Amino acid sequence: MKYVGTSVNRVDGIKKVTGALKYVDDLKLARTLFAAVKRSPHPHARILKVDIAKAQSLPGVKAVITGKDVSNRVGLYLEDKTFLATDKVRYRGEAVAAVAAETKEIAEAAVALIQVEYEVLPAVTNAVEGLKPDAPLVHPDLGEYHYGPIFFPEPGTNISNHYKIRKGDAEKAFNEADYVVENSFFVPHIQHCPIETHSAIAQMDVDGSLTIWSSCQSPYAVRKALSVAFNLPLNKIRVLSPAVGGGFGGKAGTTLEGILIPLAMKAKGRPVKLTYTREDEFVNSFVRQGMHATIKTGINKDGKIVAVKNTFIWDGGAYTEYGVNIVRAGGYGSTGPYDIDNVWTDSICVYTNHPVGGPYRGFGMSEIHFAIEQNIDMLAAQIGLSPIDIRRMNGLKPGGRNATGQVLEVCGLQETLEDVVDKLNWEKEDYDLNKGIKPNKVRGRGIACGFKAPSMPNDVASSAIIKLNEDGTAHLLVSAQDIGQGSDTVLVQMAAEVLTIPPDKITIKTGDTDHTPYEWQTVASRITYCAGNAVVKACEDAKEQLMELAQIKLSVFKRDLELCDEYIVSKLHPDKRVAIKELALGLSMSDGSGIHGPIIGRGSFIPPNVRNTDKQTGQGEKPVAFWTYGTQGVEIEIDTETGKLEVLKVASSFDVGKVINPKLIEGQIEGGILQGLGSAIFEELILDNGVVKNPNFVDYKIPTSDDMPEMIISFIENEEETGPFGARGVAEPCMVPTPPAIANAVFDALGIRITTLPITAEKILKALKEKNK
Amino acid sequence: MKYEINFTINKEMISLAVIPNKTLLEMIREDLDLTGAKEGCGAGECGACTVLVDGKPVNACLMLAVEADGKEIITVEGLATETELDELQQAFIDHAALQCGYCTPGMIMSGKALLMENPTPTVEEVVDAISGNLCRCTGYKKIVEAIMHVSENNANK
Ligand code: FES
Ligand code: FES
Repeated sequence: MKYVGTSVNRVDGIKKVTGALKYVDDLKLARTLFAAVKRSPHPHARILKVDIAKAQSLPGVKAVITGKDVSNRVGLYLEDKTFLATDKVRYRGEAVAAVAAETKEIAEAAVALIQVEYEVLPAVTNAVEGLKPDAPLVHPDLGEYHYGPIFFPEPGTNISNHYKIRKGDAEKAFNEADYVVENSFFVPHIQHCPIETHSAIAQMDVDGSLTIWSSCQSPYAVRKALSVAFNLPLNKIRVLSPAVGGGFGGKAGTTLEGILIPLAMKAKGRPVKLTYTREDEFVNSFVRQGMHATIKTGINKDGKIVAVKNTFIWDGGAYTEYGVNIVRAGGYGSTGPYDIDNVWTDSICVYTNHPVGGPYRGFGMSEIHFAIEQNIDMLAAQIGLSPIDIRRMNGLKPGGRNATGQVLEVCGLQETLEDVVDKLNWEKEDYDLNKGIKPNKVRGRGIACGFKAPSMPNDVASSAIIKLNEDGTAHLLVSAQDIGQGSDTVLVQMAAEVLTIPPDKITIKTGDTDHTPYEWQTVASRITYCAGNAVVKACEDAKEQLMELAQIKLSVFKRDLELCDEYIVSKLHPDKRVAIKELALGLSMSDGSGIHGPIIGRGSFIPPNVRNTDKQTGQGEKPVAFWTYGTQGVEIEIDTETGKLEVLKVASSFDVGKVINPKLIEGQIEGGILQGLGSAIFEELILDNGVVKNPNFVDYKIPTSDDMPEMIISFIENEEETGPFGARGVAEPCMVPTPPAIANAVFDALGIRITTLPITAEKILKALKEKNK
Repeated sequence: MKYEINFTINKEMISLAVIPNKTLLEMIREDLDLTGAKEGCGAGECGACTVLVDGKPVNACLMLAVEADGKEIITVEGLATETELDELQQAFIDHAALQCGYCTPGMIMSGKALLMENPTPTVEEVVDAISGNLCRCTGYKKIVEAIMHVSENNANK
């Protein structure tokens, strides 16, 4: 292959390094108004009265709205939220009213003049507490909400989804197992921290059509939610996402757009803009849900795991319109990448009065793997097996079955494991882990596996259009969003490969629901696979049209033609050829007439044969489009006087099916490792009675260049049968094994198990003191 | 009350009247429409707003516009010529040292400041120079490699 598999430079590189690319906050529209939001000071309260009179009369204020202006419930999977609170506030920071004014300062002054009377209600600030029968109800109306058929809310409780796996007979297997072990873990809330905070602009034209510029991952999903929320037809809403400064899930679905629409509706054609502050980003956009895990495992003396019983209790926050699906993913992924015959899993999404939990790179897999992968090491220690051998024995292999009973045809897990073992010299006797170590330092190494599938409805769709130009260049139109992951470049490479047109002759256009074709969402590590398939199909469609015309032009049967370096060429007589550009606008005949017209290829794609699982047991043949497997190993060093943990080296290996762009995928994995490292050793949204205590980069530290370990990145390529060029996604999986690998290394270094994230210096010091008592 | 200030930005002389509490970042982005420098935190914690003031890297969100009086400012827009990227910009592209691109202008300006002061920095010096610039996408490795590429080129000159 000429373009696929090569390190083509990013197609958006020049615009980004010169500062020329316009992100939403960089857009400056004439007569823009600025929005500010009145937010709840209470985690849970009834709204008694909202008085906006003073705000309305402040000079410069053009519109003021309250929950009354947006009363339709919306939500991706469970319609449980309104864009502004109506009757109750359910987290501290929830929007209660908003203002659009001539300047930011006036808007903020007006917000301060809005008076809200509340009746404070008892709050649910712990998911486990929220399950108790006497817990306050966050959503007493849950029974009235609309939701997708694959979710199981329990009205009258705080449970918005209870996902179950019942495979084999776990109780019987526990009774027969040589050992039964139970371990518990906790993963706190964290935040995505894209360097670009959320930003959006909304404008309503006199004819009632609405335009929204939003730094969002999914313009079509935003369009749909706004259509439901405001009873507007889809052809009257245009969503543009000109550029996205990092998403990691946080810019999936909708957040602030819904606040701007009612303001824009009242602002008589003027654009209304809102850009989140960093504090807003920490509190009022999505956060990653917290999770309490208990894993009971039955294991035999030889190391074979015979049964697991998992209880995952998720702190979904105030609204779980998106979170219910993370909980479902946590359920069907609940064994981790292990082949276990008897599985009992309860994955439970609990409403709390915390910030809104939502999609975060990993979509539940990072959280459950922190528990699963430490548990595996704990079992290994008990049985006297090495961490590698227990994974060799129990880890998934081709032909094996996962938690839903799906038989896995392709599964490179074991190859990734061996790859990492090799890269870290794990089983080499003469390898000295402690080479050059200083006094008061100890080193350790840890390994963890991981897997992830795209968690999405089975029938979500992608599409692409390719238009050929008369000079041999082309335009590729998709609504897959390049949020940094490099999809623009990778999709262009795929188009280039099919059409044999060099990448620099193909311009990609994305993110405009009026002009670029449908894409469900840029989430779930699905773009290379789903949008990639649509692009390949569009280009094959264009190719077919070219072949039709070329066979007339060249008097050669289509089956004897092929594309080669921008020409359609006879396979038998290569001198018989016609340039693609000659046919781009149709075929001109010798008598001056023409046929066909411009070549426009279209491609549509839905992952084939993905079906719902059984409601009672969670069993199913193909519940997801594909699985991505991988392994990471780490070497760490701990200062026993300060507790400071430094990650020295990370080796990472994933089975990605096919590497489309080696340089870009390597960068993506490196970024995932650092994000995983941050969540492992620093990151935690500190919540105190519903209040986020550390909404800034001083108190919530994310990794800097100082924290960068040595990284050894490699790939296994077992083709995905239905993937474009055999590729599958890896954007999220690559941060899944990092935290448990680090936790396992801490145990290796100190003999201490830290079962809650993050693994801070304080926790290590405290555990060391306990141990040395 | 507005103050009249004079400065050069990307070699262009500018006279502007600004209110005293306006930040340099606001002035650059809003009054001069140079939106390469980004606001990631507004509090000196992320480096996305980094520009050069008299050759030194500065968080433009922390400096007042009035303090720019008499200064020479360079933003990311001032690096490339009409026809050619700065070699550090090119190195960022060649080494895939950017993903979403939001930290990139600030990152490049921090790298540039280092290279202007020390044309041949070591890896440790590079890591140190960009340690105030947060990037959530790349894992920093390729950024360090891009800056080191220029450093090594300079060493071989
Ligand atoms: S915006 Fe200036 S340091 Fe973050
Ligand atoms: S490239 Fe996205 S923050 Fe650095």
